Amino acid sequence: MAKFLFVTICTVANLFAFLPVIHGNNFETKATQFFSSGHTNNWAVLVCTSRFWFNYRHVANVLSVYRSVKRLGIPDSHIVLMLADDMACNHRNPKPATVFSHKNMELNVYGDDVEVDYRGYEVTVENFLRVLTGRLPPSTPRSKRLLSDDRSNILIYLTGHGGNGFLKFQDSEEISNVELADAFEQMWQKRRYNELLFIIDTCQGASMYERFYSPNIMALASSQVGEDSLSHQPDLAIGVHLMDRYTFYLLEFLEDIHPASQANMNDLFKVCPKSQCVSTPGHRTDLFLRDPGSVLITDFFGSVRKVEITREAINLTNPTELPQDLTSLRNELKSEALFYVDQLPVADIIHQKPKQKDWHPPDGFILGLWSLILLVFFKTYGIKHLKHIF
Amino acid sequence: MAALSRKWDPLFVLVLGSLVFSCKGDVLKTSNDRTESISATKIEESSPQAADLGDLRQSDEAESNEDRKAFTPPPPNDQFQEEMVIRPLYSGDIYASFQFRTQWDTDFLHDGKKAVSHYRLFPKSLGQVLSKFSVRELHISFTQGYWRTMQWGQPFIPSPPGAELWVWFHHTVTDVDGNWKELTNVLSGIFCASLNFIDSTNTVEPSASFKPLGLGNATDHRFLRYATLPREIVCTENLTPWKKLLPCGSKAGLAVLMKSEKLFHSSFHSQAVHIRPVCKDWQCTSTAWELRQTLNVVFDLYTSGQGKKEWSLFKMFSRTLTEACPLASSSKIYVDVTDNPGGELFDLSPSSPLISTAVVLGDRRTYSVYDLTKKETFGQLRSLNLLLRWKGESDDMLRPPLHAERYVSGFGLQKGEIHTCLYNSHPYRAYPVLLLDSLPWYLRLYVHTLTVTSKTRENKPSYIHYQPSKDRLRPHLLEMLVQLPPHSVTEVTVQFERALLKWTEYTPDPNHGFYIGSSVISALVPSIVAMDTNSTRDRPLFSSFFPTKEESSYFMRVYTEPLLVNLPTPDFSMPYNVICLTCTVVAVGYGSFYNLLTRTFQVDEPSAPLAKRLANIIRRLRGVPLL
Repeated sequence: MAKFLFVTICTVANLFAFLPVIHGNNFETKATQFFSSGHTNNWAVLVCTSRFWFNYRHVANVLSVYRSVKRLGIPDSHIVLMLADDMACNHRNPKPATVFSHKNMELNVYGDDVEVDYRGYEVTVENFLRVLTGRLPPSTPRSKRLLSDDRSNILIYLTGHGGNGFLKFQDSEEISNVELADAFEQMWQKRRYNELLFIIDTCQGASMYERFYSPNIMALASSQVGEDSLSHQPDLAIGVHLMDRYTFYLLEFLEDIHPASQANMNDLFKVCPKSQCVSTPGHRTDLFLRDPGSVLITDFFGSVRKVEITREAINLTNPTELPQDLTSLRNELKSEALFYVDQLPVADIIHQKPKQKDWHPPDGFILGLWSLILLVFFKTYGIKHLKHIF
Repeated sequence: MAALSRKWDPLFVLVLGSLVFSCKGDVLKTSNDRTESISATKIEESSPQAADLGDLRQSDEAESNEDRKAFTPPPPNDQFQEEMVIRPLYSGDIYASFQFRTQWDTDFLHDGKKAVSHYRLFPKSLGQVLSKFSVRELHISFTQGYWRTMQWGQPFIPSPPGAELWVWFHHTVTDVDGNWKELTNVLSGIFCASLNFIDSTNTVEPSASFKPLGLGNATDHRFLRYATLPREIVCTENLTPWKKLLPCGSKAGLAVLMKSEKLFHSSFHSQAVHIRPVCKDWQCTSTAWELRQTLNVVFDLYTSGQGKKEWSLFKMFSRTLTEACPLASSSKIYVDVTDNPGGELFDLSPSSPLISTAVVLGDRRTYSVYDLTKKETFGQLRSLNLLLRWKGESDDMLRPPLHAERYVSGFGLQKGEIHTCLYNSHPYRAYPVLLLDSLPWYLRLYVHTLTVTSKTRENKPSYIHYQPSKDRLRPHLLEMLVQLPPHSVTEVTVQFERALLKWTEYTPDPNHGFYIGSSVISALVPSIVAMDTNSTRDRPLFSSFFPTKEESSYFMRVYTEPLLVNLPTPDFSMPYNVICLTCTVVAVGYGSFYNLLTRTFQVDEPSAPLAKRLANIIRRLRGVPLL
């Protein structure tokens, strides 16, 4: 009996000893899960800044990133796509409504289901900064706004022609790295992002992220200061270079990523080494709080969400009948026959009376003229006549 | 001892049991978390969970089945029709016109009643726009290419190149301009087009053209706004949201044929949305809302047809039809066989027993009808691929009664002259046309040089409405009612001067030129056969777009070409050149002048060569005078 007691006490003691460990394991895993990705939604801002047919490759760059981002789950409502010129339906395009990334015309990155939010002349530095900071005119539609909050991970991809410290928009204006850094600081202060991944594919792209000073930004560029980013290969049928090297290898890398992939940012930093890209891609992670090795690619390129599934059933109430008095009321109201308007009533048009113009208050010139006339009158005839008026 | 243990036994069991159960609870919860996070990443795996929920729901359904049987849904008050017309053109090209029509018996603009909340076939995005901005009629079109009237005849639904938007607002609207501005912004978001560039510099208020195409009696033109963007590009991103407005999307019915790679590889592509109130039934005592989505496309013989005069659905659209849209009450294809009475011009296969005639565009045409709601249309292969194979050469086309051209003449970058030529090819009938011209403010028109001549004699218009432009505020508006004599050319000319814009107002590619929107010519053209004025009879959609009021003529609209005008463009690098030059001149000129005035000069002894220096040192030591 004493042995039995001893055994039970031992088991109880063991259970007590192991319980906190088991509980502790649960808490630890939960804690790591909690700190690994604190975002609840994903946004993407993809911008192509170049105009003219020979910059076909910049549009192909942006469209291939758009394609990957859509494939990995970010919906069109969360993507702001800005294309400065239309290449797909350009009259020089021998295959309309297509934009290819590879010279064998294998992959049409334009696709059949594309929604471009800013196109043509709308892609300006002002509009880009307004989208980032959220200071848009009140009548801007939702698809043109970046409606991110403090738990959004945003991917920003820029491509075009650039130099040391600037990026050229539409061959007529430029954005500097200081402006971009200030825009990101505005976003941080207004809590418009949780984490931001900035990728730029231009010549001397690393100069664009030198001036960032807001936290939680990770930046990648296709070339260092003093180096040019090169294009991949031309297509003889289309006649232009189809894509830039960095984005070409980035697309190849992203084609292997699926929504449940565990690839992390260190793999992204290895994309396009100097042997393939000719330029040296660079990256900047000092402003980022987490370790890049623990950041998943799908944290920025995909839209992985934590879903809570409920197992309870919900009873739907019976749908109500539509009130019948509505139709009868309408029948009573309109009893006279309606007719279509005459499209070209010649007689009415000829005898049309001129519209009553709205009355406007007199212009400054008219007021000045009348005050001059009154002044001259009262100067010549004396001020005593004034009392006859008032 | 035994008694003691027996007393404590249940206690131990209780304690052990509670510990074990609490552990299991934790384990269950963690396993749940794990399954949740895995299933969140794989959306496909949610089906087992859905099946579980389905099981749960079925048990609930069995209980409430008795309640369900008592409720019958009200009959739907909206219907959807789709049709396609294929018309072979005389030049060997082929013209396909899709029309999708949704008619809904409801009232968006009724004040005081509850706002419409249940949308079935009518798209919700457009319905909300209509009720928010109190729109009575909305017509928007996006066109790529120019309709060549002389080669192709007349289109069923005309449209100008670029984007065109005209809207009739309800007479209760107080701020029409404010509503117009917001409406253009909202539509630019819906259709992915840059309609937000429509502002007061390209909006006009026509005084006689663009009368409402729907029901109504009040036509106060203060509630009409018309704007056109001739530079607007049409591509897949405009087609995608347009297709999403259809009830079946692009998954079933005729919309399956709309693949952008084939549609945009054409000579002419136009997609439009027309919303207007129509008669609900033949008595016409109440209104219903009609939404028409039209898509007109002309495929070129050489670029799409590879030079062979043989057209099929697969060659045109790279798809064939397999079923009608299940939500459609009628789904038909009409093939124009008027020029092929005995089958000697072209072969149409599979042949259809249904033939119908309709009076459209003033002429009676015969159509071979394919009804897609019937299974036998699809034949053995369960797919319909219409094939037209030409056997002989066709005669010349009948000249269209009205045709218009426009061009800019003159040289240099200061002055120019706009010529609009209107051709009336009817042998003995004269008819009036209404010409609407909207020109941007940077073309300064000299209206005293406006001349209208027909057959080398002056032709005075019976109605002229001219609204001059205001710089950077308003464009020119010119409306004229001109009577075209039979078998003649009427030429309208006006001279203009080009203005110099501010350097920030130029587009990034100003050397391309600036586009001027098409002129709109509305006319009542005499028809060859008597038109059907009874609007209540069941007619195919393509013949019932413009309402007909009289039998001897029909209404049509013709658009001219847009113009491309070069404005004097400054050299945009001049500010930088000026800065560099000025700084250089200041630095070199003033700097050297300043140096001359303020610099003092000292004579500097050149240093003696080494031998002389050594000799001087020795001489100093000796005390002898230096060299």
